[in-house]
Amino acid sequence: MDEKKSILNSNALYTFIAILFGFLVGALFLLVAGISPAEAYMKLFTGVFSKPKFIAWAIIYASPLIFTGLSVAFSFRTGVFNIGAEGQFVVGSLSAAVVGILVDVPMIIHIPLCILAAAAAGALWGSVVGWLKVKKGINEVLLFIMFNWIAFYLSNYVVNLSSIHKEGGGEATKDILASAAILLPEPVRKLTGCSNVNFGIFMAVAAAVLIWFLINKTTLGYQLRAVGFNRNAAEYGGINSNQAVMTAMAISGCLAGLGGAVQVLGMSMRISQFATQESFGFQGITVALIAGSNPIGCIFSGLFYGAMKYGGSKLSLINAPSEVVDIIMGTIILFIAVSHVFKKLALKGKRG
Amino acid sequence: MGKTSHVDQKTVAIQMKDIVKKFGDFVANDHINLTVHKGEVHAILGENGAGKSTLMNVLYGLYRPTEGEIYVGGQPVHIDTPKKAIELGIGMVHQHFMLVQPYTVTENIILGMEPVKGLKVDLDSAKEKVKELSERYNMQVDPDAKIEDISVGMQQRAEILKVLYRGAEILILDEPTASLTPQEIEELIEIIGHLTADGKSVILITHKLKEIKASADYCTIIRQGKYIQTVKVEDVTENDLASMMVGRDVEFVVEKKDMKPGEVVLDIKNLHGKDYRGVEILKGLNLNVRKGEIVGLAGVDGNGQTELVEILTGLRKGDSGEIYMNGENVLNQTPRALFDKGISSIPADRQKHGLVLDFSVAENLILQNFGEEKFSKKGILDKKSILDHARDLVGKFDIRPSGSEGKPAGQLSGGNQQKVIIAREVTNDKELLIAVNPTRGLDVGAIEFVHKYIVEQRNKNRAVLLVSFELDEIMSLSDRIEVIFDGTISGSMAGKDADENTLGLMMAGGKQHG
Amino acid sequence: MDAIIKNLGLIINATLVATPPLLYAALGSCFSERSGVVNIGIEGMMTIGAFTGAAVGLFTGNGWIAFLCGGLAGAMFGLIHAIACVSFGADQTISGTAINFLAPGLAIFLCKAMFDNSTDTPPLDTASKLPKLFDGMFPVGSFANNVFSTYVPAYLCFVLVAVVWFVFYKTRFGLRLRAVGEHPKACDTLGINVFRIRYICVIISGFLAGLGGAYVTLATINQFRPIVIVGQGFIAIAAVIFGKFTPQGAMKACLLFGLCSGLKVLANTGNTISPNLISMIPYVVTIVTLVLFVGHARVPAANGKPYVKSK
Repeated sequence: MDEKKSILNSNALYTFIAILFGFLVGALFLLVAGISPAEAYMKLFTGVFSKPKFIAWAIIYASPLIFTGLSVAFSFRTGVFNIGAEGQFVVGSLSAAVVGILVDVPMIIHIPLCILAAAAAGALWGSVVGWLKVKKGINEVLLFIMFNWIAFYLSNYVVNLSSIHKEGGGEATKDILASAAILLPEPVRKLTGCSNVNFGIFMAVAAAVLIWFLINKTTLGYQLRAVGFNRNAAEYGGINSNQAVMTAMAISGCLAGLGGAVQVLGMSMRISQFATQESFGFQGITVALIAGSNPIGCIFSGLFYGAMKYGGSKLSLINAPSEVVDIIMGTIILFIAVSHVFKKLALKGKRG
Repeated sequence: MGKTSHVDQKTVAIQMKDIVKKFGDFVANDHINLTVHKGEVHAILGENGAGKSTLMNVLYGLYRPTEGEIYVGGQPVHIDTPKKAIELGIGMVHQHFMLVQPYTVTENIILGMEPVKGLKVDLDSAKEKVKELSERYNMQVDPDAKIEDISVGMQQRAEILKVLYRGAEILILDEPTASLTPQEIEELIEIIGHLTADGKSVILITHKLKEIKASADYCTIIRQGKYIQTVKVEDVTENDLASMMVGRDVEFVVEKKDMKPGEVVLDIKNLHGKDYRGVEILKGLNLNVRKGEIVGLAGVDGNGQTELVEILTGLRKGDSGEIYMNGENVLNQTPRALFDKGISSIPADRQKHGLVLDFSVAENLILQNFGEEKFSKKGILDKKSILDHARDLVGKFDIRPSGSEGKPAGQLSGGNQQKVIIAREVTNDKELLIAVNPTRGLDVGAIEFVHKYIVEQRNKNRAVLLVSFELDEIMSLSDRIEVIFDGTISGSMAGKDADENTLGLMMAGGKQHG
Repeated sequence: MDAIIKNLGLIINATLVATPPLLYAALGSCFSERSGVVNIGIEGMMTIGAFTGAAVGLFTGNGWIAFLCGGLAGAMFGLIHAIACVSFGADQTISGTAINFLAPGLAIFLCKAMFDNSTDTPPLDTASKLPKLFDGMFPVGSFANNVFSTYVPAYLCFVLVAVVWFVFYKTRFGLRLRAVGEHPKACDTLGINVFRIRYICVIISGFLAGLGGAYVTLATINQFRPIVIVGQGFIAIAAVIFGKFTPQGAMKACLLFGLCSGLKVLANTGNTISPNLISMIPYVVTIVTLVLFVGHARVPAANGKPYVKSK
């Protein structure tokens, strides 16, 4: 009975049901649109798994999402909802690009420099919000939204600066120097048949493990969790909650900024003028939710999202709208959001 | 003293028969009977957790009974919503007031039954009606004042008016005196008199025997969810009521050995401070606590004791004055620093301040000490020693269920949660222990446990500052009693000389020095 | 002098074009937030409203019907949000995030399904768009034409502010809805149906957000594209917090954002300052204002907390 209960109680089961449910709802819409769900889902599946190259691409898509997922998950654990990962990602990618284009140093310095710049920019973007929230008592959701848009226009502004802008290159910057790219060695790229295979996924996994350790095993993590769960009690116990919130926001922003670096240095090699928000940060919210805010879980949910995103891009080949991915993802989140009710019902049914 | 001896069908206002209410496996009400007549004050007596509030929530339609019947005016009724209860003339004044803070008294009173003129709420006629009612029952309120700006007493009157506005014939008052001065309590009893004179019935939920003797006609006793009996109040003594409530003879006296207080540990001088609204509430308070004594700080809620404790624990900044801890001024230091200087505390609200409910018991037990060598090295937690520490304390302090060190604190009962806090604070072994309402909401067994540990701290030559709204608790534990009124100490007396009347007078502002 | 008046007219016109979508959505957000339900799904509700408006406009040729249908589409997602948050007690921010995936995803999905796999709807002809006030009465380009002769719902939204204010502060429903956002349990004990009021408010918030979205495709421009709603919903939410959760405060904040868009249009003609920098102004101004003057707004006490009845 106890074992049964623990299964019914586990988040993994509900996440699994939520994912199933998401595909079901997606299928429904595909049917309505006159598209065979079997065909579409088959395309989604083969689009990712039929060739090693495709798998490699899915992983490349996933790496920045794992970072933004970690960023949001970390903020959740400390009681803040980082809807600003979007902006932190943008300033991170912007900084990585600028340093990658303008600084000409050997690779061994250049890559760490770019990554550091991105991490610092993201951390700054996060901590300013943390500071304003703590010191001025301003609603952080509002601040995050404002900072997302400031980052958005800042990036567009910098993209068009003459020293960065690619001449005659439309609406994008120059490419970053080769010494800044985090691509895997040439032979490996050849082997996978994918030109953009990069170190991003290793960085993401390392970050996830590090964050897991930080949250669960260190005194800093203990303090951040205490503040996240019950700010009053944490303060009563002598923990400086303001400092904790600012630290958490800095770390959260840093993670999102790193995501931006991975995207620029490993995948896009440049940044383009945005017409609309790229949503890496918002997708990070989904990644964190599917992972139940567990850092290790973020690796898997990030890979899942990356695969869906990459596989979804192939749906146009069979004239199916790739937006079915958004519908599936939205349904999954919605189901996860209400799943605690079903959990209670299941446990009650078990008991009664 | 016979069971339900006073039933007179003609004048029965309401009758509850064999009410059973279960929450899951837990039986909160186990076949309870209650009969209330018109114009009668009927007390329901029971300990915290005995099932009084559950029974009343059933009557008021907030809970649905698992079994049993309810009759109003002789007719069987099904009360499934408060709306239905209101229609049947039942009104309830909740222990925690159900008032919308930024609304005015009038707006609160009419909410849900607003008079309208055209599309608009007719506030003018509402105000008239409120005035008329308040005059009729001699209850002073300012109809235009916002709830957040008025006293607890006036808030309570607004609550009673809210019920009367709905035409209630039966008023349920849930622990109505919890935060009133003895004088305000007298006023309330007078108001209750006006109500019953007008033919209304009042159900008084309480665990205070004195108030029952002072105002009630009948009393129904509930113990651990079970109906014990209904008695005519004039036939019984307070001691009779007490033993019926607890189920055994009650010894109110706490065993304490004689001790001679030592040197001064905490010395507060001319302390000024503001409350959360920025209004000065501590107005030059002086107070000291010595080694080996329990100083009881008596007073009605809202006279500055909350702010005093917050300043002492570093959660609030004081404006001026000094707080000496072993001779060092520690005013406005951080909670951490104050803890390091020797101040530990049992906070008033254990769920808000005392515990992180989502943390395990073990994690809660190191809330201040996680940084110590014993529990972490170089910023990395030592899970094993944290668990060992918890296992040790869970055993020593009888925290139940046993083996709960890995369980979230939120899954423990209130009494056991309090034990976790006490285990933590007592183990810290600081020179000063501040205990704020340490037994609020606990049952008799847990209260005895808490009192035992507080006295034990004193016997170990520690200084204890006990802040409590329960006069009985203050009187039975304290070596010295200081009374706080309007932000200063209005009087003091030795614990053994204390009597309720003098204390009550001081709590209401009458200066007297013992 | 003439140039100044002409430019003033242009700014007012641009403000009148940019403000209504924000204001409709912000008024919607007021309803939801004041009743105690955080709704960050406003953005998605605007997008589905924008698409539905354009699509219905194409099929019916009637701007008003299309406008209304845009609102109804938003209301449908309001209903979903209400079911999740009010009935199921879901985390409101998470549910809102889900809606921000679902609604825009569905909008573009349907667009592709209905219009030849294109992410844009075909453009509407002028007759199918929303009508202009005093159409053709003033000379084109004149001050009067710029100020008094834009799309009718642009003026209507300001009337709506007064209506919402009246509802909030003068009517029985308003008294109850604000109380539900402050102290739902107290309302419950007084026989007020907390769930029903929250359902109504969240659905209204979706409806108004949908109208805001539809305004963009039926007035500002003449078709649906994925980039027609880029953050207006979030700005509307910001405006509500900035405006301290009152309809009149939200209006002022929306006008500030709208005015900045107006300035942008003017500056674009001058080509002196980067439009990207000008676009930042409203966000920077909001933050600076909050830091210097406003501090934190008084959030409805029960905002964001699911109300659970114990039985």
